Amino acid sequence: MEPRKLRVAVHKFASCDGCQLAFLNAGEALLALSERVDFVHFAELGPMDPEAEVDVAFIEGSVCTREEGDRLQRIRARSRFLISLGACATAGGLQALRNLADGEAWLNEIYPRREYLDALATATPLSEEVTVDLAIWGCPVNGEQVFQVIAELERGLTPRLPDDPLCLECKRRGAVCTLVTQGRPCLGPVTRGGCGALCPRFGRDCYGCFGPSEHPNTEALGRRFEGLGLIDAAIARRFLFINSAAPAFREAGLRWGGRPACP
Amino acid sequence: MRDPYLPHAARVVERRQESPTIFTLRLELKDPAERESYLFHPGQFNMVYLPGAGEVPISIVSDPQDPHLLDHTIRAVGRVTQGLSALRAGDQIGLRGPYGRGWPLSECQGQDIVVLTGGLGCAPVVGAIRYILRRRHHYGRLVILQGVKHADDLIWRGSYQAWAAQPETQVLLAADQAPAGEWPWYTGRVLDLIDQAKFDPHNCTVMMCGPEPMMWAGVAALIERGVATDAIWLSMERNMQCALGHCGHCQYGAEFVCRHGPVFCYHDIRDRLGRRGF
Amino acid sequence: MGTYLGLLQRRHADTLIQRLRGAGYHVLGPVVQDGTIRYAPVDGFDRLPAGWVEQQAPGHYRLQKRDSPRCFSWTLGPQGLKPLTFAPEEPLWTVERRHGHGLEFHSHFPETKKQAVLGVRACDLAALALQDRHFLGGPHPDERYRRRREGLLLIAVHCHRAAPTCFCASTGDGPRAHHGFDLALSELDEGYLVEAGSEAGHALAAALPLIPPQPGQQARAEREIRHAGEAQERRLPGRDLMTALRARRDAAHWEEIGRRCLACGNCTSVCPTCFCHCHQERPHPTEDRSSHYRQWDSCFTSGHSYIHGIVIREDTALRYRQWLSHKLGEWHAQYGRSGCVGCGRCITWCPVGIDLTHETAALLAAPPDDSEACDA
Repeated sequence: MEPRKLRVAVHKFASCDGCQLAFLNAGEALLALSERVDFVHFAELGPMDPEAEVDVAFIEGSVCTREEGDRLQRIRARSRFLISLGACATAGGLQALRNLADGEAWLNEIYPRREYLDALATATPLSEEVTVDLAIWGCPVNGEQVFQVIAELERGLTPRLPDDPLCLECKRRGAVCTLVTQGRPCLGPVTRGGCGALCPRFGRDCYGCFGPSEHPNTEALGRRFEGLGLIDAAIARRFLFINSAAPAFREAGLRWGGRPACP
Repeated sequence: MRDPYLPHAARVVERRQESPTIFTLRLELKDPAERESYLFHPGQFNMVYLPGAGEVPISIVSDPQDPHLLDHTIRAVGRVTQGLSALRAGDQIGLRGPYGRGWPLSECQGQDIVVLTGGLGCAPVVGAIRYILRRRHHYGRLVILQGVKHADDLIWRGSYQAWAAQPETQVLLAADQAPAGEWPWYTGRVLDLIDQAKFDPHNCTVMMCGPEPMMWAGVAALIERGVATDAIWLSMERNMQCALGHCGHCQYGAEFVCRHGPVFCYHDIRDRLGRRGF
Repeated sequence: MGTYLGLLQRRHADTLIQRLRGAGYHVLGPVVQDGTIRYAPVDGFDRLPAGWVEQQAPGHYRLQKRDSPRCFSWTLGPQGLKPLTFAPEEPLWTVERRHGHGLEFHSHFPETKKQAVLGVRACDLAALALQDRHFLGGPHPDERYRRRREGLLLIAVHCHRAAPTCFCASTGDGPRAHHGFDLALSELDEGYLVEAGSEAGHALAAALPLIPPQPGQQARAEREIRHAGEAQERRLPGRDLMTALRARRDAAHWEEIGRRCLACGNCTSVCPTCFCHCHQERPHPTEDRSSHYRQWDSCFTSGHSYIHGIVIREDTALRYRQWLSHKLGEWHAQYGRSGCVGCGRCITWCPVGIDLTHETAALLAAPPDDSEACDA
């Protein structure tokens, strides 16, 4: 007897849609995958059934409206395994910068009619509202990791992603350290790998889009940034960027002066 | 050339649930030639491979007399062991081994044998107990002490009862917690039972396996009774990924557990046992 | 002092590469790349970093161009030979589920390739000898390593200059290469004094247009090499530190290092002797097969000491202790010598500039632990 196909939903909350592209950009691999799993809800792909019972729910985006908060609870109740897909869902994303500022004031400044907006004062990672079974980090996520996770779930395994620092990935891929050779304030030593060392391989310092690594010594790295000539506010901005709601980065940012990057 | 990293296909002959989280897989190598040439020593382990998930080191609990059917008793704690737990008879997995150094069973002939284990630590010594019972007259007294946290955790009740009936064999079981009336044995720490164990501390070999704090305390109690540090043997557990002494994860001081262990003489590791970070 | 077979004049240097290519070797040589010096395919000496030297300091590496014809005045790049023999990542085998046949396992071995490496330093040769002992010396020689290793032809260059992070003189591994090479060169402005260290090296030298060295050239080379050793600022406080480090397992200094260390694994990744690697399973997302990989790992990760839900070295102090005590201590018990060859890469490539020579000195300055007490 053929085993039952895995039922998968891909949901969207407040986000840029970039992480869902991990599926869509896979091209033929996505077609092959849809032979093996049932995408029962995935608006960008076609199927629409947001209330369906599923084995696996991927959720992109953070909770920024009351409607999203309610929808998240309903999805959780109908999903056996819930995955936060990307930086927004996992650690708030860029929009969570408002959590560290007066978000309400920003809304009033930017929009002429605040009352038309149903926006909460904060952008919340999913894990603060419901139990999240697995976080896939990144802005955007790495498609290979997404497919790896599905491959494991499809085999009845509990997926696990590495949380080692990016430096190991840089070294394995032969990327030369931007901090040591250029004096750049690279966040690699406190950021989890998984991106394939994308930025350092092009001579650019990591800005932490994969979130904190397993054992992030943000204190020592921040002091090193000081030694490179960064002022406190600049160090704080390194940590308070894409994953500002990740506790390790939030605490580091607040320790170095606390003002997030302003739009 | 035979690639030492490459698993052999093996078939699950039987799956037994031993306790809510512990199960035994009886495996048989698929290739008859490999099956014939496979030999192991009690205390050694195999790398058991679940396709798509990875490999885990599991000690061989079955009788070395019959190396065609290899029993592996496993607790479902990690992603691979949880995956293994879902297997059924007829499924195929991978197997390579045996690896490591087992119990010093020929060296300790003529002596009393004390087996002191905690929790699933009983698994790596079961093969040794069977080996000794098969050659009963080569050994002196046999004392088997096994402790568990909860009475429900005790597996192989029947075996313990059968062993207790063997000549010159003493079985002492303990559970830290046990419901009144349903546990005919001692309630409390297994180490409390060492005083009741009948063996000659000056002519014995001890085989231990279990949580490290328990082994550390057990060693202290045995030394207190006069057992020499080089008469105590322990089966250690570390992160073994290659099992060939290459990957470096299982280093315990200068020793590679996969190669120089998993069974160590306490005397050789007395500077490390119980220390943080080793 | 080496036995020089002759001088390869600078204008004839390309014949070396031509002979190697003629003998079927892919030739790797040092080139300036990404702000550092790396081994890359070269077809002539004009690709080599003539005049380039590097500035190294804890957590710091910069290249500088000088007006000099010399191609090997730089000392070290971020990697030695390790990536060429012990692959940073490679598939070990693949398993397929075939209908009616069950599981089928297939080994994966690297393609054997003849590679000549030009410009190998003494410390990296010493490190290679140690990796050989680890991967090939045990009861299960590593076939993947062996295949890569056997294809290598090594052309060493004695160091005429030391970086401030170098301390090979104190470990006894440099600046002169003594063994492990096929050919060794001493670079002077006018060309290269050539030594052979193997049959292949002698055959290669015999095919080069060598001329007898002029009076004084050998002495000049020897003087420069000696000076490169004498100029080294850093050193380890002894060759065999196993007993001294074992006696300081409880030193408070480990905690102090643990607060500075990022546990990022840069030191272990650039170390030419570190051999730890992890296994990784990669199930195919759309087919019934799976690949089993290995990749460089580090004793600074939590996964390194993980067993069923427990991380044995849960904090950075314990991980640093594991690294240093192994490197400078337990290696003696395992392989008969220290695991450190004095290249200093762990100092330069540490993002926060932790210096193992300083840390070791600080540890040894502390009194030995006073008790045999255990933590349990």
